[in-house]
Amino acid sequence: MSFALANTIGAVFAAPVRWLAASIDAPLRLWQRLTGKGGMIAFFLMPNMIVFGTFVIIPLFINFAYSVTGGNELFLTDRSFVGTQHFDRLLTCDNHFDPSSCRDDLFWTAVWNTARFVVVQVTTIAIVAMGTALILNSKIPARGFWRAVFFFPVLLSPVVVGLIWRWILQRQGLLNFVMIEMDLTPVNWLIERDWAFVAAVGVSVWAHVGFYALILLAGLQAIPRDLYEAAEMDGTRPARVFFRITLPLLWPNLLVVIVLALIRAVQIFDEVYVLTGGGPGTSTLYLTQYIYEIGFASILRNPGLASAASLMMGGVLIVLTLGQLGLQRWRDRA
Amino acid sequence: MKRTAYRLTIAAAMAAIMAASPALAEEVRIMWYSDGNEGEVMQDLLDRFMADNKDITVVLDNVSYQVVQEQLPISLAAGEGPDIARVTNLKAQAEHWLDLTPYVADPEYWRANFGGQADWMRPDGSDAITGFMTQLTVTGGFANKTLYEQAGVEIPGPDASWDEVVAAADQVAKSQGLIAAFALDRSGHRLSGPAVSFGANFIADDGMPAPVDDGVKAFVSRMVQWTEEGKNLKDVWVSAAGSTYRAAADDFINAQIPYYYSGSWQIANLATKIGNGFDWVATGSPCGGAACSGMAGGAGLLAVKYTKVPEAVGKVMDYLGSAEIVKEFSERTLFLPAHKGVVEAGNLDFQSDDPNVKAALSAFVAASGKIAPNASALSAWKWANAYYGALVTRTSQAMAGELTLDDAYARMNDDIAEQVKQAGQ
Amino acid sequence: MSRIATFLTRRRGDGGRWHWTDVVTWLWLGAGLILMFGPAIWLVLSSFKTPAQLAEFPPTILPYVSETVAVTLNGETRNLPLYDVILSDGSADQLAELRRVGTVAQMIDPADPETVIKVPITDRRPVREVGFAWDNYLKPLEAFNFGQYLYNSVFVTVTATIITLITNSMAAFALSKYEFRGRNAVLLIIVATLMIPLSVNLVPLYSVISTLGLQNTLWGVILPTVATPTGVFLLRQYMLTIPDELIEAARMDKASEWQIYYRIVLPLTAPALAVLAIFSVVWRWNDFLWPLIVLSRKELFTLQVGLNTFAGELNVQWHYILAMTVATMIPVVIVFVFLQRFITTGIAGTGLK
Repeated sequence: MSFALANTIGAVFAAPVRWLAASIDAPLRLWQRLTGKGGMIAFFLMPNMIVFGTFVIIPLFINFAYSVTGGNELFLTDRSFVGTQHFDRLLTCDNHFDPSSCRDDLFWTAVWNTARFVVVQVTTIAIVAMGTALILNSKIPARGFWRAVFFFPVLLSPVVVGLIWRWILQRQGLLNFVMIEMDLTPVNWLIERDWAFVAAVGVSVWAHVGFYALILLAGLQAIPRDLYEAAEMDGTRPARVFFRITLPLLWPNLLVVIVLALIRAVQIFDEVYVLTGGGPGTSTLYLTQYIYEIGFASILRNPGLASAASLMMGGVLIVLTLGQLGLQRWRDRA
Repeated sequence: MKRTAYRLTIAAAMAAIMAASPALAEEVRIMWYSDGNEGEVMQDLLDRFMADNKDITVVLDNVSYQVVQEQLPISLAAGEGPDIARVTNLKAQAEHWLDLTPYVADPEYWRANFGGQADWMRPDGSDAITGFMTQLTVTGGFANKTLYEQAGVEIPGPDASWDEVVAAADQVAKSQGLIAAFALDRSGHRLSGPAVSFGANFIADDGMPAPVDDGVKAFVSRMVQWTEEGKNLKDVWVSAAGSTYRAAADDFINAQIPYYYSGSWQIANLATKIGNGFDWVATGSPCGGAACSGMAGGAGLLAVKYTKVPEAVGKVMDYLGSAEIVKEFSERTLFLPAHKGVVEAGNLDFQSDDPNVKAALSAFVAASGKIAPNASALSAWKWANAYYGALVTRTSQAMAGELTLDDAYARMNDDIAEQVKQAGQ
Repeated sequence: MSRIATFLTRRRGDGGRWHWTDVVTWLWLGAGLILMFGPAIWLVLSSFKTPAQLAEFPPTILPYVSETVAVTLNGETRNLPLYDVILSDGSADQLAELRRVGTVAQMIDPADPETVIKVPITDRRPVREVGFAWDNYLKPLEAFNFGQYLYNSVFVTVTATIITLITNSMAAFALSKYEFRGRNAVLLIIVATLMIPLSVNLVPLYSVISTLGLQNTLWGVILPTVATPTGVFLLRQYMLTIPDELIEAARMDKASEWQIYYRIVLPLTAPALAVLAIFSVVWRWNDFLWPLIVLSRKELFTLQVGLNTFAGELNVQWHYILAMTVATMIPVVIVFVFLQRFITTGIAGTGLK
């Protein structure tokens, strides 16, 4: 049913699109005659590169400029040069592992919160995605249905996700009701520091595990069946099959999933912001929220500080992305 | 035939476009937020204005308080924004307000009736007319009379200290099985009145922020202790980070807490939502060692400097600032007016059958007379916001157990110093 | 029938024995079903409850509507909820509740409205039946401007996706089918873009948008998001597999480069385009932080920003918040039901090369 629908949509749009494309052909032929292949290459590349340039590259350079200027103004021309003042403020610490000994304790709180979140969340999501992929790959009936079940939360918007779970985890919410029914003491999940962290990790795993499970599932399906059949004939135990056959062959995919999850986890904001707002206190305050609040959400904004912090976050992301690209190269070669 | 069809299509399209655009009417946008029913009242008043002034269309953008706090400043910094805005951060954004003196019909009228708070909304030393206060508010407490009666506890009188008030509320909470004894809105402004009651002074002799003093410490340490003891409703303060605003009104409305420290702007909201669910009273501000003070404040309606239609804005402001309209607005929204003439004429017929409302309003009027000088100076002080932000962020961290009290005080001073430094660059 | 039963319950273990992997499998699937669908179902059920019901703890699964009785008090007739009450003398009765404060409810007998009987709340149970509080949806739908927000979200999503598909495919075409001097440099720039997500550039991006006059417009929300390096790489990978002979043959037939692009390459890339379209739709529909920063005029809010603001305004009026959350969820669920298969096979198919 869904393919028919997609085909219909495609057909409806195809005709006017083709007409539009055909009508541009004449002037483009002229352009091609005048400027040769090089001109056409430029034409094809231009729109994308203009957008990249204007909205990614130029802001990146401006970001550097912001990080060395001070004041509350949002426009560079109104700001004054202050050198490394912001970086000094962010990086001065007696003990970098203890935010309360730092000049900007909120920044380091955000950094270590994010680090803790990244480690726990990525490990959890990798394991759960792996398990889900394995199960979806096995002989279960109605596989399409089960795939849909796990993928459902991925489509929900972060605001919806945050609100659903805020509703369930609040003091008199469903989870506490279930706990009382099971004779356990209820917990104020979003108000107790450590539980709020667990909630943040849990909710973001819930919202994204389906996506990674699908990628791993594709990888699993690429593993030749005869390997498994041979193992079954030999009577190999399932655990051994997993560690000796599945994991080594799936490893490149798994690594890609881990790096993708890492990149996303470092930038975590949307669901957590709606779920806890950074609280209780600052225990779920993560880097992106820190940048947003310092740069935008307060009356006395500090865009320079926000820029400096975001450049540092960018540095971490560059390392991770280079890693991901390196891995893809290695996987394609293997 | 084809050409005629083509021409007809063009003509029809143009006619449609003409019809769609309002006939050269000037559009004035007002960014507004509501605590209670002010949005509907204002829309009604504006509809009447538009009926009499066909060449001006006024669009009332009723947004949430969060938008006014967080999004509006960004727009203003970009040199954009609505034409008029209802704002509580008056002084901190003073550079963005329009001087209405050339655009209003009678500047003297404005100076006479709204001059008292004019300094709250213009840069130091200026004599511009930038707008007016939609209401004057005073912070103070509300008590759930029915709960106190059921618990057999007397509501502490106007001279009771904070310790006594919290102890009484705690008794009620324990007897009635409630989740906490009292709650405060998550706001530095709310903390300031009680801090001043304990002798705090935020303003140093040179007009710059003074370090956190004993008065502040006395109240903040009490708040943290009451949170640890479960008397203060932890959820309100601990459930967000930074200086995000959270009101604790709903917990009071749902009869979950017997005592709620907020302010007079909540009266309409409480009347509507509580209905006759229970009896409630306004109690004024409890006493610290030095005073029994709340904080004055209110939301102002300000003209924005970047408007493209200043004359139209002037007309709208003249209408909304006129005595009859201010009187009607106040009566329907249950706000205390700021208009000197209206206040002196008296005889405000607040439109509510709820007996609690009239009593509460009188209580707040009485409380406004008890505002300490240290507190009233804050409304016109340009660094007030820096102080409030620091107070809120660090107190909430102390309540969550993340910072010790001494660390919190040190951080507050540091935050304020950083704000001052940035603003000076 | 028995064949179906065998099919549904097939297990790894031989005959009818349960292998431990079967147990784990079914537990996992069961847990998955409850955890993934459960919260959404709970959300929908809760959204139909009245505020009084929402405040109840322990909560009920289904929404109930209290039976009411009309009582005339002081000349006024009101509908008061009915309760089954156990009185202090042990007898049971049905009373109407006037109001409830703390642990004591003030109740009256409908036959004798003047006498108020005080009953502790633990001794009473509401008389009610399953019913849906549709008001939760109707009231805020006027206030919440749902239609406008929906339109904005759809506009942003559709426009962004179309632009993304066009620009990304053009760039991918140039990078896959042509050899030219600056090619590696361009690839490098795109890789660089991959490393700098929007969250790193928030502040300067906002000033660029403002300088272009796009702040507080939907185009300001759309334009920075259309250049997706993932999209370019995805399409490029796919286009690389298109044999060059096709293109050479077309050139010999005097086709222009543009014609080669839209007549030959683009249709052949359709599967990858479909996947990119799906990604783009999901990303743009769910965008939150950037629209939050760019938009401050209420009528321009996308659904996500609108819902967040709405939830912030109402603070704890959950009956409205829940209803509007469900309303925001519905378009996605509809798309999901119809296109789910398409989406999951698409993502799995490309395996995110």
